Amino acid sequence: MSETLLEIKGLSKSYPGVKANDNVSFTIQQGEIHALLGENGAGKSTLVKMIYGLVHPDEGDMVLHGKHYMPHKPSEARNLGVGMVFQHFSLFEALNVAENITLGMEHAPPRAELAVRIREVSNAYGLPLDPDRLIGDLSVGERQRVEIVRCLLQNPKLLIMDEPTSVLTPQEVDTLFLTLRKLSSEGVAILYISHKLDEIKTLCDHATVLRHGKVVDTCIPAEETARSMAEMMIGGELSMPTAREFTPGDTLLELNNLSLASLDPFGTSLTNVSLTLRAGEVMGVAGVAGNGQDELLLALSGERTTDSDMIKLKGVSLGGMGPTTRRALGLLAAPEERLGHAAAPDMSLTENAFLSARIRQKLEKSGFTLRNKRDDFTREIIEKFDVRTPGISNAARSLSGGNLQKFVIGREVLQQPTVLVVNQPTWGVDAAAAADIREALRTLAAEGAAVLVISQDLDELMEMSDTFAVLAEGRLSKPRSAVGLNVEEIGLMMGGNLEESANA
Amino acid sequence: MLRLEPRQQASSTMRWLTPILAVAITMFMGGLLFAAMGKNPFEAIRIIFLDPFFHETFGPYSRSQLMVKAGPLILIATGLSIGFRAGVWNIGAEGQFVMGAIAGGAVGLALHPADGFWVLPLMTVVGAIGGMAWAMIPALLRIKFNTNEILVSLMLVYVAYNFLAAMVTGPLKNPDGFGFPESRSFTSVDSTHLPMIYEPLGMHAGVLVALGIVIAAYVMMERHLLGFQIRLTGESPRAAKFAGVNPAFIVAVCLGISGALAGMAGLFEVTGPAGKLTTNFPVGYGFTAIIVAFLGRLNPIGIVLAGLLMALTYIGGELAQLSLGIPAAAISVFQGMMLFFLLAVDVFVNYRLVWKKEVK
Repeated sequence: MSETLLEIKGLSKSYPGVKANDNVSFTIQQGEIHALLGENGAGKSTLVKMIYGLVHPDEGDMVLHGKHYMPHKPSEARNLGVGMVFQHFSLFEALNVAENITLGMEHAPPRAELAVRIREVSNAYGLPLDPDRLIGDLSVGERQRVEIVRCLLQNPKLLIMDEPTSVLTPQEVDTLFLTLRKLSSEGVAILYISHKLDEIKTLCDHATVLRHGKVVDTCIPAEETARSMAEMMIGGELSMPTAREFTPGDTLLELNNLSLASLDPFGTSLTNVSLTLRAGEVMGVAGVAGNGQDELLLALSGERTTDSDMIKLKGVSLGGMGPTTRRALGLLAAPEERLGHAAAPDMSLTENAFLSARIRQKLEKSGFTLRNKRDDFTREIIEKFDVRTPGISNAARSLSGGNLQKFVIGREVLQQPTVLVVNQPTWGVDAAAAADIREALRTLAAEGAAVLVISQDLDELMEMSDTFAVLAEGRLSKPRSAVGLNVEEIGLMMGGNLEESANA
Repeated sequence: MLRLEPRQQASSTMRWLTPILAVAITMFMGGLLFAAMGKNPFEAIRIIFLDPFFHETFGPYSRSQLMVKAGPLILIATGLSIGFRAGVWNIGAEGQFVMGAIAGGAVGLALHPADGFWVLPLMTVVGAIGGMAWAMIPALLRIKFNTNEILVSLMLVYVAYNFLAAMVTGPLKNPDGFGFPESRSFTSVDSTHLPMIYEPLGMHAGVLVALGIVIAAYVMMERHLLGFQIRLTGESPRAAKFAGVNPAFIVAVCLGISGALAGMAGLFEVTGPAGKLTTNFPVGYGFTAIIVAFLGRLNPIGIVLAGLLMALTYIGGELAQLSLGIPAAAISVFQGMMLFFLLAVDVFVNYRLVWKKEVK
């Protein structure tokens, strides 16, 4: 139990514009369940990809079983006893369990022998699987079993699990935990990635906390509270907002028990989301990605429709209306994904301006594009939002992330919306552009509109918001004033612990 | 290891040069093919590409066939290109072509021997509706049940062929035709005979309509909201939804337009060059038009040029069959090569080939 299995020494990895991992060091003992804790974007995925050989570090070293370890590809890692179960499975629905497992193995045994082994291993670990069933007929939990069994067949010494419970029912989680504990008792180490603090507290022996790519803390989860771990994750240096001049005006947007089933098997359905947004207000919606943010944006942009009364703009029920009508009425949105959702990558900036602005800016007449007016509006966006581009006919794809984001936000802001909903407005944007975007959104609110900012960047939300709420597992906490919020409260709300925070 | 890397920005000059390059490579590889068959490649290529214009004896007839053949190709390809730009793959234009000819033709036959300038326009409209209705089958199945329109539209071609056979041996059979499986002649009655406008180039009224539609399609795609929505759907379906485009509407419009134009082409064919409905009436224009649409870069102007080029290979191919004894299949291969090389050249315009060691 006390013998060191894997030692990670000073791993660093940079991507253009961001240092994903910065001098990360920690050790994993044999047979321990080690949690890797951190917010989205803290560098957890990059780190495990380096351990699994999918990404090569810029600097640093790893030692496995006392020997230098630096896999160049996953098969190398697997041969040395490192297995990984991804959050998103790589299984072929039209093939059966045994066939899928064969595909992942370098030296697959004969089919009959493999089927026997699958039965043995899966039963031994409480994950019963029928090798002949089609993947397409399995539940999500069962599919995960296939991935786990695929790893176990190779006798791993270290099993990496990337947010394994995000797709499981509570019962399936219990089963999984039993399996993981059994593996651990047999000496298999598990590196467990999650941001669900309760799980880590019950399951893990040690935890390493990452923030902005650096190891900021280590702890023994059993000795911590969810609250104290949340603080480590978010960091104590969060700048708290000072009281701001904010006198709420008339109610502009109302959500009444908005519920929407997710179409994505990995998505989160919205359950009874209610809020009131008033003129002049910027409301920040925090939460870890995948907790219903995308669904909330789709429900508000009109790409998904709901019961009519669930969404009201200035008293008009528009839950059943599509994007065009909502825009005409003044409810605008800027989705998170710039290329492919907010903008068409291969179309010019002028056409992308036309895409969302044609109605409010009256860029067409009886169906025909008013090209001069459209081009003028495009130039206005470029000038007022300092979009760096050679010209208005350049394709959206040719702009840098920050410039395109300024274009997308500018396009919506300049249409003078009544309510603007933005998802991750400064994601992957450089600091200067991010500051400009935040400034523009604040100004928009100051001029009497209401802005709903969905973001995972707490610093950003603290800087911008008048009111604050957390979206966790598709439910929205009761919005409250952002003034006087402290890190502990936010941390708890983010962990999905809504009741406790409501009582606090 | 060899791998393809996407180019930052594909050169727009190259995008326009690719069809020419593709034709050049096709000439070269086609020449090799003909040489392998023991024919003189230079003579074969000359016969296919030049003789239709300049040959002393065949020239005049060949020239008069040029637009007769290019017309339906251009008309059908224009419709198909609209759908292709939205990612709606109508592969069954051939069936819509046949159904248009049957529907419009049936009106003419029912009115026989009515006289009047309105007969042909009425037949044209009904022909377009017939083609459109046939194309709405894959459209509705895709919208309602998410079926694949490629398969459904393609399979419906063969249904249309059999329907045609049933019609010309049944309800639409010429009562004075001694039992032959064919309809009355449309060209023998003035009111159902598609007028020829310029004989030496084979320009009948249908070709003129086709050119008008090419212009209308260009305006729609470049200037009109519907064209924008169609292009947006093809470029980025999610951005289209964000813009408020209804995907089902786009599927219906694209299949509807391409079906209507194919049906119209069928009607022009049966009231003009073909003259009557027979089981031999379909000659594959609906399939060749797919090549024409891509060869023309899904652009209306490009399609006119591609249609003429494709018509040329048809006519030249026939000459080559006559004078060199090159089998018809070889000519089909030759035409197929053109699409193949176009797509291949396209890959190299958008990607570059690099030699890389396999290390991350």
